[in-house]
Amino acid sequence: MRLERRAHVPLGLVAAAPLGAVLAALVIAGGLISLAGINPLKAYAEMLTGAFGSRLSVTETLTRATPLMLTGLAAAVAFRARLWNIGGEGQFYVGALAAAFLGHGVIGGLPSWLGILAMMGAGMLAGMVLLLGPALLRLRFGVDEVVTTLLLNFIVLLFVGMMIEGPMRDSLAFGWPQSVPVDREFMLPKLIERTRLHIGLVIAIGAALLVWLVQARTVFGTEARAAGLNARAAAFAGVSLPRTLLGVAALSGALAGLAGAIEVTGLKGYVTTDLSPGYGYAGIVVAMLAALHPVGVVGAALFVAVVFVGSDAMSRALGAPSFIADVIVSVSLLTMLVALLFTQYRVRR
Amino acid sequence: MSEALDILTTASLWAAVLRIATPLIFGALGALICERSGVLNLGIEGIMTLGAMVGWMTVYQGADLWTGLMMAALAGGVFGLLHAFLTVPLGLSQHVSGLGITLFASSLTYYVYRLTVTVGDSPPTIVPFQPLAIPGLSDLPFVGPVLFTQTAPTYLALAAVGITAWVLARTPLGLAVRMAGENPHAVEAQGLDPTRIRIGAVVVGSALMALGGAFLTTAAFNSFFPQMVQGRGWICIALVVFASWRPGKALLGALLFALFDAYQLRLQHVLDGVPYQIFLMAPYALSILALILVARRARVPEALMVPYRKGER
Repeated sequence: MRLERRAHVPLGLVAAAPLGAVLAALVIAGGLISLAGINPLKAYAEMLTGAFGSRLSVTETLTRATPLMLTGLAAAVAFRARLWNIGGEGQFYVGALAAAFLGHGVIGGLPSWLGILAMMGAGMLAGMVLLLGPALLRLRFGVDEVVTTLLLNFIVLLFVGMMIEGPMRDSLAFGWPQSVPVDREFMLPKLIERTRLHIGLVIAIGAALLVWLVQARTVFGTEARAAGLNARAAAFAGVSLPRTLLGVAALSGALAGLAGAIEVTGLKGYVTTDLSPGYGYAGIVVAMLAALHPVGVVGAALFVAVVFVGSDAMSRALGAPSFIADVIVSVSLLTMLVALLFTQYRVRR
Repeated sequence: MSEALDILTTASLWAAVLRIATPLIFGALGALICERSGVLNLGIEGIMTLGAMVGWMTVYQGADLWTGLMMAALAGGVFGLLHAFLTVPLGLSQHVSGLGITLFASSLTYYVYRLTVTVGDSPPTIVPFQPLAIPGLSDLPFVGPVLFTQTAPTYLALAAVGITAWVLARTPLGLAVRMAGENPHAVEAQGLDPTRIRIGAVVVGSALMALGGAFLTTAAFNSFFPQMVQGRGWICIALVVFASWRPGKALLGALLFALFDAYQLRLQHVLDGVPYQIFLMAPYALSILALILVARRARVPEALMVPYRKGER
């Protein structure tokens, strides 16, 4: 048995890949759910109700999908150019911290729309800087960015801890380590009143469309794609690889930083060390499920959000540990990898 | 300031160095074996987490400590096989597959742990490996408590370094593994199967990684808790680069690293007023620094991360 490269990649197969991958992941996770003595079908029904059952749960799912769209975009943009940015988690946190820093008094007096823009900008800048470091280390010293971005996640989380227990500590928070709150007038407006859903969702979808436009219609987008497909050929065709790589790093880091800034100003209002339940890492799964396509990211983020929100509800109702959400998401990453392979290769005897 | 220097001459510091280094030695050796055969295994962080849980759980369910270690190695080997299957015969991205393995192994670990154990205020405990005093040698001043009063898995880790170095450098098997990582076509030309060699290396390497995790719960501590591996796996990946893919240097790197870690832990008590997070950041920062220093000079296995498909260039 061997693999043979397909001459044509059928479009239907590409569309079927994520569906097949998710289905396989659900079957595997179903086995684990039945280990807990629970009927998997009942558990999945409970998950769907938890994620879509009421107006409130739909808005909750959309709220959860918002940061995932942005961290998913961050990973998709980078991976497409073969920049292995695994530091989405750290970039998310520096973005959040930068926004909270500006939002508490520093930009007081500005009109609120301008203040919000400033906070988004600061979050993007912080994420950008955090990824430009490893990108420069790769260009200058040949240091693999996978390891540096991963290690930076740990450093950043400790830094956040240091800030919220030190200079940015909220002294009114009854001893809980959390940062000073963003002033009320600089919080993002709600999309639907009396829910947690905020305008960040619109920003995230807008970002996806914008990234799509940049990738499809600009020179930078084409160069970044070429650098990812075949760096030597791209360089031969006159693409400046270092410049392209730095551009991609700036964009990817900014997207992850924006995710953090939006989570703080849209939802929480302050920074804690558990602001993100792994949005940075989940973003990698989102990007892969979307086959690195920016518009696909929106759908993939929704799927991951459904799994997370649904699993919480299922866990409350039936008692299986909610860690099953992480199992479903991580297995679907692996099955998606295999599914993508079969869109490009066929099995021959 | 002299207090800060005095720490360096205490035997307890140096004994701690070996203890802290042990999981890193196992992990780095495991990563090194995988990479020498041409496969980057970013599953390490998850495999160490899994090993930590499986080792602990086996003992918690009533088996003895050595059975715990064996079950951990077995679990690590199974996940290694999964990573090998995805990256070697299927030739999928080693980066993405490895991260997927890490996410899968850690989430499965937490799921199973939460399913099996009811955690009250503090996690349940086991009786871990006790320090094993080597008769005669452990009575030596300074060297005795440092080198010859460690737990059994630490001696095992040191032995594993020697065995790995010997197998890689001096045996036909080691040559085949190194060749698979440098030039798989040459392996094929010798009538050997590079696919099988790589799969074998990844399975063995992953089993070692899991032992590193199991050391944490069966010797260093006596319980399992989430996030306990704390990036040790990623640090091992950095150590392998730092060691230029050589087992002896990997041991040296792990010891240096552990020395720094043990020292910063003690320094925290001496230097009051500095936020403790600064000390905790140091190991990660040190790893990045080490990479910067050696990255250009390190001799990377030629075919690392290059998938091999028969008849395809």
